[in-house]
Amino acid sequence: MGPLKKIAYNCKKATFLIEKKLIAKITLREQLELRYHLFGCGVCRIYQKQTGKINEMVHQLFHASVNTKLNDSFKKDLQHRIEEELNKD
Amino acid sequence: MNNQINPHQWVEEHADYLYTYTIARINDEEQAKDLVQETFLAALEKVDKFEGKSSERTWLTAILRNKIVDVYRKKSSGLVNTDVNKAEQEQADFFNEDDGHWNSERAPQQFGIDNHDPIINKEFNQIMQQCMQKLPALWMSVFTMKHMDDETTDIICAELKLTASNFWVIIHRTKLNLRACLQKNWI
Repeated sequence: MGPLKKIAYNCKKATFLIEKKLIAKITLREQLELRYHLFGCGVCRIYQKQTGKINEMVHQLFHASVNTKLNDSFKKDLQHRIEEELNKD
Repeated sequence: MNNQINPHQWVEEHADYLYTYTIARINDEEQAKDLVQETFLAALEKVDKFEGKSSERTWLTAILRNKIVDVYRKKSSGLVNTDVNKAEQEQADFFNEDDGHWNSERAPQQFGIDNHDPIINKEFNQIMQQCMQKLPALWMSVFTMKHMDDETTDIICAELKLTASNFWVIIHRTKLNLRACLQKNWI
């Protein structure tokens, strides 16, 4: 099997390259292989769209500033503990 | 001017912030509380090393971050990772062995995500979080460091003691499972 045929029949490798490309540079050869694969593979084209979207959504989820508050008694004890440590010296 | 440090105000000024930071990275309230406490106590011991180059909060957060990475390391180095095996099993039939294509039953199909306006909504958050919780500890650690903290690949590999090729395999496998889980559970 020639190298292009190899990639054409390898969705696992193609999705691997899609993931790598989202984070880092892939080599020129890998770019060509991926493009060749995607040209002939509609399923991986769907995968590529969805995985990019997932990254965007995860980014928003992770950076949404949901403020979680500690309860007051825990905080009081904690500051008390700190004062104790400070008084030790 | 140098930044000042004042431990008498630490809890008042930084505890909620540090707790929120931790909960986002380690989804466990008790453990998060412990980490916040440990951070303050560790910081007290190094107060004399604080040079005022960064703000008090930045300095405290850096101490906390190291503690969180310690937790990641411990969680993911436990024995042989049964959770990793399980997660790998889940994707064992994603691709056909004979022709290298997606198994038609497991293949990506269009679902709600495709025309979903990426605005945070409650339902999406819930499904996403459920799916993330199914990830093995090590994969979750890598995923969080990459997507939440935007750490470089080199740093993640060094801190979690991974080779680069290991890292890429994890990135790939994590997304395969996560995407499949979303497709399966999307309302």
